[in-house]
Amino acid sequence: MADFEVPVLREYPIIPKLKEGTMAHSSPFVAKPIIQEPLGFPGELLDNWKEVAIEKMGELCGKYRSLQVYLDSCVKCGACTDKCHYYLGTTDPKNMPVARQDLLRKVYRRYFTFAGKYFPKLVGAADLTEEVLDDWYSYFHQCSQCRRCSVFCPYGIDTAEISMAAREIMDAVGKGQKYCNEIIGKVYKIGNNLGLPEPALRDTLEGIEEDVEDDTGVKVRYPLDVKGADVLLVTPSADFFAEPHVDGLIGYGKVFHEAGISWTFSSKASEAANFGMFIGSYENMRRVSMRIREAALELGVKRIVFGECGHAWRVAYSFLNTLAGPFDFLDPRYPVPQHICEVTNGLIKEGKLKFDKSLNDDMKLTFHDSCNVARASRMGDKPGGQFVIPREIIKSCCNYFYDMPADTIHESTYCCGGGGGLLTDDLMELRVKGAMPRMQALKTVVEEHGVTNLVAICAICKSQFAKTLPYYGFDMNSIVSLHQLVSNAIILSDAPKDDDENDDDGDDA
Amino acid sequence: MSLVTGLYVVLFYAATVLLVVGLAFRIKKYASTPAPLKIPTTPAPTTQSGVVLRLFREVVFFESLFKSNKWIWLFGYLFHFGMLLVLLRHLRYFTDPVWTWVALMQPFGKYASFAMLAGLLGLWARRFLVDRVRYISAPSDHLMLALLVGIAITGMGMTFVAHTDIVMVKAFFLGLMRFSPQPLPTDLLLLAHLGMVVALMIVFPISKLLHAPGVFFSPSRNQVDNPREKRHLAPWAARLESGEQR
Repeated sequence: MADFEVPVLREYPIIPKLKEGTMAHSSPFVAKPIIQEPLGFPGELLDNWKEVAIEKMGELCGKYRSLQVYLDSCVKCGACTDKCHYYLGTTDPKNMPVARQDLLRKVYRRYFTFAGKYFPKLVGAADLTEEVLDDWYSYFHQCSQCRRCSVFCPYGIDTAEISMAAREIMDAVGKGQKYCNEIIGKVYKIGNNLGLPEPALRDTLEGIEEDVEDDTGVKVRYPLDVKGADVLLVTPSADFFAEPHVDGLIGYGKVFHEAGISWTFSSKASEAANFGMFIGSYENMRRVSMRIREAALELGVKRIVFGECGHAWRVAYSFLNTLAGPFDFLDPRYPVPQHICEVTNGLIKEGKLKFDKSLNDDMKLTFHDSCNVARASRMGDKPGGQFVIPREIIKSCCNYFYDMPADTIHESTYCCGGGGGLLTDDLMELRVKGAMPRMQALKTVVEEHGVTNLVAICAICKSQFAKTLPYYGFDMNSIVSLHQLVSNAIILSDAPKDDDENDDDGDDA
Repeated sequence: MSLVTGLYVVLFYAATVLLVVGLAFRIKKYASTPAPLKIPTTPAPTTQSGVVLRLFREVVFFESLFKSNKWIWLFGYLFHFGMLLVLLRHLRYFTDPVWTWVALMQPFGKYASFAMLAGLLGLWARRFLVDRVRYISAPSDHLMLALLVGIAITGMGMTFVAHTDIVMVKAFFLGLMRFSPQPLPTDLLLLAHLGMVVALMIVFPISKLLHAPGVFFSPSRNQVDNPREKRHLAPWAARLESGEQR
């Protein structure tokens, strides 16, 4: 099945002994000039790349306090060394967060600190050479920017910030990653990551409407570019057709339908994900974000809601107001933006949604906290709402729910192994190995509770698990969307009654 | 004034200037560098007072480290709080008369040195015994521990084994503070102790000891989680925006 060794799931998780160089060969395809240039990056590696890289590093240290403080503050205590899923899955020491940071830090020290300038050997400083650049390219594309290390660092050093800076430096010298940069280009040109043009999108949504009507007998609408709708729903483009994503999208529509909320997708902002974050580029992240503001203005909506997508929700929740705000033209009674889970759970609490939980009885479920939702955002008005709200929804529409071990969920959740711009086939070995800690945790609840399905609220997690579950002996279809469960169990009150069972809403007067 | 005294007078003045000026520059750099995006590691406090509490727990209890690794936490805690008590006890050499609370904590400050040393040795042992920590250790990481262990052992030597003329030492430091240098005893233990302290003061602002101010400036720990309620905009990002609108 694989031309590499798939990690073995054990009785109990262990911290593996390190093995140097096991992932040195792993690096994604480099972006060609035609991909680089539309983003404002040099087409290929500059002749004077060293000078440009050092200059960029200095510039970024002046623009990002995080980078400056994190490069200075690490004491090499070792607290983070066993926290990265890529280290646990690959045993390559350069996948320990501190060692990954040190790839950049050693160059920072050499060119920007007294000790590194005059005593490089002593403090582990090193010149920027081609080997170092290759190491950067390889290992900064083995970080999914999931922030698990930052939870455990006594100074909160976040390797994601370092990886983003490193990728920005590499873009600036003409060594960009094909996967991310190609996708950003597609967003500019067409409006979404998958390059789905407006007619194709409209077609897809009409198909979904037909399917749902066949299935439920109810004309649930999946509208596109409807001016004057209350809600603009921005969702990852995988939701339009990938499995199990689309089942989640069907669920969003049913929720809005049942609650009587008018809503629409936008063909201009038909993508929630913002790959500008993965490459650390504020300018690109802002440009991608502005589409959403423009779409909201053009359609005249009152609220913006985001679908199930982890990194998208980070950019939406934490950055959108900064990048594309202020949103004073929207209805001030609602937070901007809202997560679809906040909307659904709010409606459940108001009693506006009813479920027949037994319709999900064929599944025993566990919930995968997506890294960027867990550690880089919030839902609701209380810290930790991002853990509570999705679980409340699941429990509202399912009878069987079991959490994975405590050190693998909530703020300690493991990344799926495909986040941060790594969800590409040229990194399959890394993705499979990086999924190991989550698979190990899943195995525990499968054995203890007979769990059959893993629920996620992130397009990347869903695609990644669909691909990696089989490597560990699980069924690829055991990954489900959260709103798929909602969709399965929701009782549509205008559904044709073919029996009297569901007729307890008192609407038969 | 003897040569040795003269040398230490110069060293202490120079080290103090380097420490204070170096740290001031560093802190100014941290404070003036913008954090353009909201990046608190969540769940994070939603109010400023919540952030103060979070940082308090981080600095006083090493909360994140406790979550991470109980051994590093234990050794780190023994070292840092041992050292804190030891340093507070040392205030008696810089105050005349000695403040009451400093006098009262004298025995605690003395024996805290054992905790400090134990913590340091524990941390150092990990650099040899744990393969992951061995891999990330540079020579400077060992040297830093050696320096601190050296300071601790020479200090404990004077406290518990071979006393120096402590009255004279105090006169020397009070003299430094009043800009009227007094002679320093010349026993080797003391000179070694003070020499290493000077070295530590000098490397502080140019080494990983910057984690001390750094923790207060770490955006993942010191930011309020309120991006939806309050628009956060760095000056350079604002310029980028207004440049686009023109």
